[in-house]
Amino acid sequence: MRNSEFQGLYEPSTERDACGVGFVANIKGTKSRAIVEQALEVLHRMRHRAATGADPLTGDGAGILLQLPHRFFKREALELGLEKPRRRAYGVGQVFLPPEPAARAACERIFEDVVREEGQRVLGWRDVPVDSSQLGPVARGVLPAMRQIYVARRRVVPSAFERKLFVIRKLVENRVRAAGVDPQGRFHVASFSSETIIYKGLLLPSQLSNFYADLRDPDMVSGIAVVHSRFSTNTFPTWDLAQPFRFIAHNGEINTVQGNRNWMTSRRSLLQSAKFGGGLDRLWPIIVPGKSDSAQFDNMLELLVLGGRTLPHAIMMMIPEAWDGHPEMSDARRAFYEFSGSLMEPWDGPAAIAFTDGHLVGATLDRNGLRPARYVITHDDRVILASEAGVIDVPPELVKKKGRLQPGRMFLVDTAEGRILEDDEVKQEIVNRWPYRRWLERNLFVFDELEDVPPPPPPDAEALARLQRAFGYTDEDLRLLVTPMAETGKEPVGSMGNDAPLAVLSDRAPSLFDYFHQLFAQVTNPPIDPIREKLVMSLATAIGPDGNTFDESPEHCHRLALPGPILTNEEVARLKGMAGAGDFEPQVLSTLYEGGLEEAVSRLCDAAVQAVEEGTDVLVLSDRGVDAKKKPIPALLALSAVHQRLVRDGIRRNTGLLIETGEAREVHHFALLIGFGAAAVNPWLALDSLGSLGLSVELETAKHNYVHAVNEGLLKVMSKMGISTVQSYRGAQIFEAVGLDRELVERYFSGTPSRIQGVGIAELGREVDQRHARGFATHSTDELAVPVIGGAYQWRREGERHKWNPDTIAALQHATRLNDPKRFAEFERLADEEERSPALLRGLLDFDTSGVTPVPIDEVESAADIARRFVTGAMSFGSISAEAHETLAIAMNRLGARSNSGEGGEEPGRFQRDPNGDLRRSAIKQVASARFGVTTEYLVEADELQIKIAQGAKPGEGGQLPGHKVDERIAKVRWSTPGVTLISPPPHHDIYSIEDLAQLIYDLQAVNPSARISVKLVSEVGVGTIAAGVAKAGAGGVTIAGYEGGTGASPLSSVKHAGLPWELGLAEAQQVLVMNGLRDRVRLQVDGGLRTSRDVLIAALLGAEEFGVATAALIVEGCVMLRKCHLNTCSVGIATQDAALRKHFQGRPEDVVNFFLLLAEGVRRRLAALGARRLEDVVGRVELLKQRTDVAHWKAAKVDLSALLAPPAKGPRCCTTPQKKDISDHLDHQLRARPKGTVAITNAHRAVGAMLSGELVKAHGAQGLSDDSIHLKLKGSAGQSFGAFLARGVTLELEGEANDYVGKGLSGGRIIIYPPAGSRFVPEENVIVGNTVLYGATSGEAYFAGLAGERFAVRNSGARAVVEGVGDHGCEYMTGGVVVVLGPTGRNFAAGMSGGTAYVFDRTRSFRQRCNLEMVELEALVDESEIWLVYGLIEGHQRATGSAQAKRILDNWEHLVGSFVKVMPTDYRKVLQARRASRLRPPGAEPRLRVVGGREG
Amino acid sequence: MGKPTGFMHWEREGAPKRPVEERKADFREFVLPLAPEATTRQAGRCMDCGVPFCHQGCPLGNVIPDFNEHVYRGRWRQAWDTLARTNEFPEFTGRLCPAPCEAACVLAIDGDAVTIEQLEKEIVERAFAQGWVRPRTILHRTGRRVAIVGSGPAGLAAAARLNRAGHTVEVFERDDRIGGLLRYGIPDFKLEKSIIDRRVAILEAEGIRFRTGVDVGRTPTWTELKASYDAVVVAIGARRARALDVPGADARGVVQAMDFLEAQNRAVAHGNGSTMSAAGRRVVILGGGDTGSDCLGTSLRQGAAAVVQVELLPEPPRQRAPGNPWPTWPLVFRTSSSQEEGGDRLFGRRTTRVEAEDGRVVALHWVGVRQVDGKLEDVAGTEARHEVDLVIQAMGFLGPDLAPLREQLGVELDARGNVKVDAAFRTSVPGVYAGGDASRGASLIVWAIADGRDLAKQVDARLSAATE
Repeated sequence: MRNSEFQGLYEPSTERDACGVGFVANIKGTKSRAIVEQALEVLHRMRHRAATGADPLTGDGAGILLQLPHRFFKREALELGLEKPRRRAYGVGQVFLPPEPAARAACERIFEDVVREEGQRVLGWRDVPVDSSQLGPVARGVLPAMRQIYVARRRVVPSAFERKLFVIRKLVENRVRAAGVDPQGRFHVASFSSETIIYKGLLLPSQLSNFYADLRDPDMVSGIAVVHSRFSTNTFPTWDLAQPFRFIAHNGEINTVQGNRNWMTSRRSLLQSAKFGGGLDRLWPIIVPGKSDSAQFDNMLELLVLGGRTLPHAIMMMIPEAWDGHPEMSDARRAFYEFSGSLMEPWDGPAAIAFTDGHLVGATLDRNGLRPARYVITHDDRVILASEAGVIDVPPELVKKKGRLQPGRMFLVDTAEGRILEDDEVKQEIVNRWPYRRWLERNLFVFDELEDVPPPPPPDAEALARLQRAFGYTDEDLRLLVTPMAETGKEPVGSMGNDAPLAVLSDRAPSLFDYFHQLFAQVTNPPIDPIREKLVMSLATAIGPDGNTFDESPEHCHRLALPGPILTNEEVARLKGMAGAGDFEPQVLSTLYEGGLEEAVSRLCDAAVQAVEEGTDVLVLSDRGVDAKKKPIPALLALSAVHQRLVRDGIRRNTGLLIETGEAREVHHFALLIGFGAAAVNPWLALDSLGSLGLSVELETAKHNYVHAVNEGLLKVMSKMGISTVQSYRGAQIFEAVGLDRELVERYFSGTPSRIQGVGIAELGREVDQRHARGFATHSTDELAVPVIGGAYQWRREGERHKWNPDTIAALQHATRLNDPKRFAEFERLADEEERSPALLRGLLDFDTSGVTPVPIDEVESAADIARRFVTGAMSFGSISAEAHETLAIAMNRLGARSNSGEGGEEPGRFQRDPNGDLRRSAIKQVASARFGVTTEYLVEADELQIKIAQGAKPGEGGQLPGHKVDERIAKVRWSTPGVTLISPPPHHDIYSIEDLAQLIYDLQAVNPSARISVKLVSEVGVGTIAAGVAKAGAGGVTIAGYEGGTGASPLSSVKHAGLPWELGLAEAQQVLVMNGLRDRVRLQVDGGLRTSRDVLIAALLGAEEFGVATAALIVEGCVMLRKCHLNTCSVGIATQDAALRKHFQGRPEDVVNFFLLLAEGVRRRLAALGARRLEDVVGRVELLKQRTDVAHWKAAKVDLSALLAPPAKGPRCCTTPQKKDISDHLDHQLRARPKGTVAITNAHRAVGAMLSGELVKAHGAQGLSDDSIHLKLKGSAGQSFGAFLARGVTLELEGEANDYVGKGLSGGRIIIYPPAGSRFVPEENVIVGNTVLYGATSGEAYFAGLAGERFAVRNSGARAVVEGVGDHGCEYMTGGVVVVLGPTGRNFAAGMSGGTAYVFDRTRSFRQRCNLEMVELEALVDESEIWLVYGLIEGHQRATGSAQAKRILDNWEHLVGSFVKVMPTDYRKVLQARRASRLRPPGAEPRLRVVGGREG
Repeated sequence: MGKPTGFMHWEREGAPKRPVEERKADFREFVLPLAPEATTRQAGRCMDCGVPFCHQGCPLGNVIPDFNEHVYRGRWRQAWDTLARTNEFPEFTGRLCPAPCEAACVLAIDGDAVTIEQLEKEIVERAFAQGWVRPRTILHRTGRRVAIVGSGPAGLAAAARLNRAGHTVEVFERDDRIGGLLRYGIPDFKLEKSIIDRRVAILEAEGIRFRTGVDVGRTPTWTELKASYDAVVVAIGARRARALDVPGADARGVVQAMDFLEAQNRAVAHGNGSTMSAAGRRVVILGGGDTGSDCLGTSLRQGAAAVVQVELLPEPPRQRAPGNPWPTWPLVFRTSSSQEEGGDRLFGRRTTRVEAEDGRVVALHWVGVRQVDGKLEDVAGTEARHEVDLVIQAMGFLGPDLAPLREQLGVELDARGNVKVDAAFRTSVPGVYAGGDASRGASLIVWAIADGRDLAKQVDARLSAATE
């Protein structure tokens, strides 16, 4: 089945891949077999980075790009009797053809026709010899025919020949598509060039050379070989998506691809290049639809290169470094990037890209450096670059240099010139081609130069109230959102998730914004921390028309730089007033209307087109002037409709587009307006409202704060998706619509996923009318003095409905305390709302009992059996009190069910049974991004290890446990310091991609082989695809969380607007897993707002076999939804660490047990009614569900859930055996015997020491053995996660080098790494360990005689380490431990570092500018005891590694000690000082303010 | 929210009251205003719950957390606007409401609720003092006419809202002054009558016509009334009191609470003595509820020799029983302000006989009762005799007096003898609506106001629909 044919929730566009990339090249360009063979070896050595699907013999794709081997092709041509191809005068096309002879012939005929039409000559075709015998059935089933076409150059100069071949290829592709001769889409031109040739396919890396006999041919030689192995989330069989593409091999993903493609479309009229003769129109689409993000990137790059830019230049345009606010970057380079920004928006996302045009070969990383790339330069002129070190064995004496690519940096080999060009040299030349700075100065207008124009005066109180109402403001918008933003400059935070209706099911005329949900990164790419890693983020905004993308001229930067994407009323007035100045032609279009909405929108679009065609280059949409008659078009609709219309007409780039709107007030609104194409937004009414709010700050400050809060919020929304710059976020449409009609979306929001239908433009118009009437209805008993009641965040009787309301909460508490089934039934009735209009998607579902014979209830499995499928949600000890946490654990253990530790570690005292037999240990231990308390002991004390990728309340975001919540006890279990704030980073720093996840699963399985490893994801479009990837990565369980749930603190805009209902995510995961044949190996769990047996059963029918409950369980414990969890003031003693408040905790394990058994009883009853005896029998039986037809609600009735209810493909629909990650190849099997000699190690040996450590801790406890009891010597290039979770008593001594994640979660062990004997390079200048070393380490020691990569000691909380230099973001989020750096550091050192100390040897006194000083202070090393500490560590380092650098320092200690800079977190120091002081003072009670007054009678 | 940790720092502090001896000497209100700082603190105790149970507990749906915050932040005007939006007459509820909101306050789970009612009173009194409570000009008149029968809280609330919606409203009151039960049923020490007058003056100024001394059902008849108005609202309360049904109950000196209270209220109004005074007499009040307490306070003020308040049901527990969990109304032992002024309390006594001499009561005979499976049974051997001069029956109300309404208009009654209405307050007769105690039976003032408001919305909707 072709994936796109499936009618369920699956969206082919969500497929993701990540991979291993690499190249081998001879610097001098000497061609040889060795290069080819070594490249194939690289591919083979990275096979663990690739994946297989259900069919173990079908890989996700692998390929190799080589220089065209003339001798080989000449020989083959002659053998085939073709005319002899002349050197450099022909091209070869590697063509995949449909295997059916007729279709194949048709394609070939088209190809030949086009070649002739373009004046070239076909020499002939060659069948590519392939051996498909080793292919898996899946790959073989879709195997295309492989042929090569020879085309001889005619009448074009050699330099234009590549371009000609490109034109031919484009025309052929278009014509094949148009002719419909290839319905299955097999036709694909892998390469068509006179320079390079690509062999690739749906293969495992190891199959490549067996499949293609050519690759084994002695004449198949090359000086450059780029390879790629693919790990795709899906295994939908396609041969064409294998890489390399024509210019690149990409490890990563482009997050903004939708926007990039739109912008490309919108530029159509501006693309002119004489070089392509006849214009570009006939080549359209330049970016081929339906291909992967990487393929689209390749398309664009190809166009830029063939259009005349050099390959490095084009790469710099598409993936610019983080130049904005980079003080160390040269001005010329910054000017270049600024200039290029006006030609093209960045293609934003994680990327390690290897690229080549046949002469140049190089690689670059994105600005964040989120993919690894290590290289070796040898004395015999080879360069080997790959995602891992050690992929080719190079004798130590041949190594000239070992390095790594750094964020934003480029590495280039010019084989024609025969030399390596470092980043600076390459870029220097490019950025100095033109005087970019001077061009900018002359043509880029700065906002400050505009004349002051007074804005309209703010409306009076009555007018203000009317406008607020007409624009849909509620009291909550003003009270809970705008007020805190204006007072504090921050986005407000809330807790306990969202239990209000979806917009499409709401009766409160929600704004159009509410129908859209934010998407976020999970697994396949990391979200970014916009606060701690601010240096990569940018809100720089400029507007103005673009010029021809192919040219570079001063006029290209004829633009206006805005103060930012949010404009104040004063700023927009100046902007509108610049018409007279003559530089720009702004025009304001009103978005107000009377009458029908649809006509109004189309009038607006026409007016916009006309304005642009008449030369308007700054278009401002405005909804000022609303009155009793005139209503505003919803801002998002107006904006997106105009944007998309201008894009379609190809004139969008001719104008800047801004919107002045009264509707936008919260971060989500701004994100949407910008995400759908606005350059800037002016929230005039929100700003005009500030004066009336009785704020505690001055009005000017309030305005400033408000705009600041929106900006910060925007950065957060962007970073959730891993997008760094607002320039690339603009128009990227990173949203999913829920409950909008397909036609509406197609027309105005084209390209946005919308899967369940819903309201159309007529209904939106009706909601405009409803809002308008609130402010301007003539007859109303409502008072203008008080805003409309919202009730969206806090329950209000006349506000939005909530699932958790006084009635349901009271009923649940009573029912469980009294163990009263009748009261529980009452609770379920209230919570399910079956009679009233439904609030959630599942409310629209019903059980289809037609054709079902009920069974007697006593034949159904017992409630106790069913209850074992329940789990409580992940809530950390720290976020909730010990009492609340342990009560849940006890209850779940009594039930034989499982509680989840959350991410806060667990006190070891809980691993033993209590005297009464209760066990307070959480069966599920969570591994989250901060790795708090994730020790080896913690990991072995688990039945299940859950990797939390995202959480429902705030997917894509990190968290923060404020210092006041971190008491002694919590600090201890989290291995931190009491009183010091703890930050959870948004991403796992060892999961930037799917193959990284596979690695973490491997690590965890190694340390605890008996545990099930599961992965928690949050529902969004594409989650099914990710779930499939997770299954392929070896997890035994997948949890799909819905956005409703969530107990943690989170920005309010995330609570409401990020993520989707679990119904969609679960159904999608189920469908995609079944479709991929992966369902039987993973247990599917669901959580997020499950409350009743109806919920549970619907989830089961949609595919879940386990059910997470968090909020309801807390309510049983006494939670009454204060939603104040983030304030530590929980009055019922749950979400608090305050000793006095914890005394109010009244929860009892028996109530929780009652709850789950009552719930299970309900499930039993429903099972009986469905004729099922076991829950297992109905898992995935989606046929037993139907959409209700009795819902008369005017909006709900338009929802169509057929995609949700689509029966999946054939195959198992539930889990048979949860898989375990295969760790049979683990080196510890060998190390267990404690060999005396040196053990050889390669990069395929991963997580070395983890398994051994797990066994030791299981046997001996956390204290383990005494230090150095087991000392193992290894030699070679260690694979990833070397020494992960290494336990106390174990020393790993490695002679060689290691890859990423060395010492991850180090738990007391010792790791020593030094270069091999015989090395000729200088150790302290060469990379010895990769990225993210000592992540989450809790104790132990590490000594590295060389440089480390990015994020050294990230979130270290106790390990001591010495290293000779680190990359960017060193000691990020560190909370404890000691790090000594004996050499240079990268940028952003100590970002988010709240504890521990670092000592940096700063000879050049340049450290300060590379250190992030927001949380730390720098001091000299003067304290005697500290001097000895550092000395001792360096001495230890010298002893362990023989480091020359250490020796030099120690030898000159007196002179050099002054060069050490101590990095000390500010808060940490305060806490330490306070503790020291309190030890001196007698303990006294803190005076507590108490007012005791009169007693009421 | 006011102050996140307010409730952790500050304890509940009620309004000060005049000392018992002092207040017993007159009939004036005795609850004093709260000091401004104390008010701020008390408002600051509010936790601004995500699910404010108080807001649900309040029949009016007062948006309590919102006005608490305004008070805490000193934004009295907004506090008033917020309160006034949901409550027509906070000056009444702020004095008289038993505050189900406080019972439902989350802090009351195992501690002391926010002093919501007191804050309400502070807000409204401040609003009056600041001149914010002013008659509004009704800009638009619909020409529709509505008759409201009964000027208690339900009738007044309905009148106020309907008038503001532009309809022409006339209120008919059988008594000589406006206010219904508020006027003569509530002792002055709980609600001084100037508070009612202050409000009525505003309503009058807004255009409502009040017609006292009109006994609808007699002249005019209900039929006549209905013929001359677009809508008729029945808000006549439920004043039919339950009476002792034991031998001797017709003795002199056995009176109804309402008669007793009304006599005192009239006396205060006219500045003379009560016609039914307890002065120097031994008094028994039958009924442990609020009305009984009002009688107790009145008796003490009149100078009764001794007062015993007797409750049929056994003494409630001090703490909530398991079947009576938060946030339901707590059925626990409580002491009213009158009870703290004096008198004795007895529980679990059923009156079996009234002993009279010369037709005048001299003693009551009781038997002790206990509760078995929710039913009361007498306890053998607990019979007792209690000498008494005045017996006040405060045993609740049976319902409205509806005979004329039924006879003249054929309005249907429900099983309990109240006017039968649907969810839109419509009676069985088109154009006739009913609300408050008349349709729900005797209840709280806050329910009466809530009904009046909701009813007005329904009547308005129908009148407006008919206009279009």
